[in-house]
Amino acid sequence: MSFWEYANPVKFMGLSGRLIPVLSVLTALCLAVGILWGFFGTPDDYKQGSTVKIIFLHVPSAMIAINAWIMMMITSLVWLIRRHHVSALAAKAAAPIGLTMTLIALGTGAIWGKPMWGTYWAWDPRLTSFMILAVFYLGYIALWNAIEDTDVAADLTSILCMVGSVFALLSRYAVNFWNQGLHQGASLSLDKEEHVDNAFYFPLLVCIAGFVLLFVILVLIRTRTEIRLRRAASLQARNT
Amino acid sequence: MPDLGKYADTVILAYVVSFVLLIGLSAITWAQSRRAKRLLDAEEARRGK
Repeated sequence: MSFWEYANPVKFMGLSGRLIPVLSVLTALCLAVGILWGFFGTPDDYKQGSTVKIIFLHVPSAMIAINAWIMMMITSLVWLIRRHHVSALAAKAAAPIGLTMTLIALGTGAIWGKPMWGTYWAWDPRLTSFMILAVFYLGYIALWNAIEDTDVAADLTSILCMVGSVFALLSRYAVNFWNQGLHQGASLSLDKEEHVDNAFYFPLLVCIAGFVLLFVILVLIRTRTEIRLRRAASLQARNT
Repeated sequence: MPDLGKYADTVILAYVVSFVLLIGLSAITWAQSRRAKRLLDAEEARRGK
């Protein structure tokens, strides 16, 4: 069976309908364990005190904020090249989730920044590129809603998505490109010397797994909603 | 509840903001999904008449 068969809305609805209950349980489990472990089971940091506990929300949400756009870029490319409607609808479905994750990353970062940096906001490369990413998410959602013809909307939003991908990648690598920012380097790294202490590392991994699963499940539900709305609109047009 | 020391307000605010956004997004997603299902069921029933 080819992977592309799942671009068929009927097949997608069948598979996603079976996956959602299983993923819901896994998501709830990972989020509950990760957040409770992070909040109650980790010590204070010697420099940051208890504010280190914000990492369990900030890092996973920032990762999803960037990777949601990458996922949108891939599904938009699939739409532009292969014209599979489900892929365009999946990109549309992911945008509000990516926006929410970007807002959580910006919000938790600002709240953490006040006691640690002495300011809620700084025009730091990573913070600024994240703010631009949020604006791209808003623009992308607005463009989908502004165009009535869904195929034209999918075409134009796909092009916007390609342009925005530069900022998604910039958000990820801004810390490496410029050294003058306030934002510290990556919290997770394959190099054991670089990443956070194991006391924070393992609960953080569970939280990241929970956020990834939450993203997947929300994209599946929202894509199903879009497919149903499109089918209902087509029936409405035939019935009238 | 762990002792969050002098940063208790900061940590709790960050968790509250995140939970409100995550629960809000999940609730909206669920409500839109239910509404779309009802709409499609109604259209299919109309077509089946």
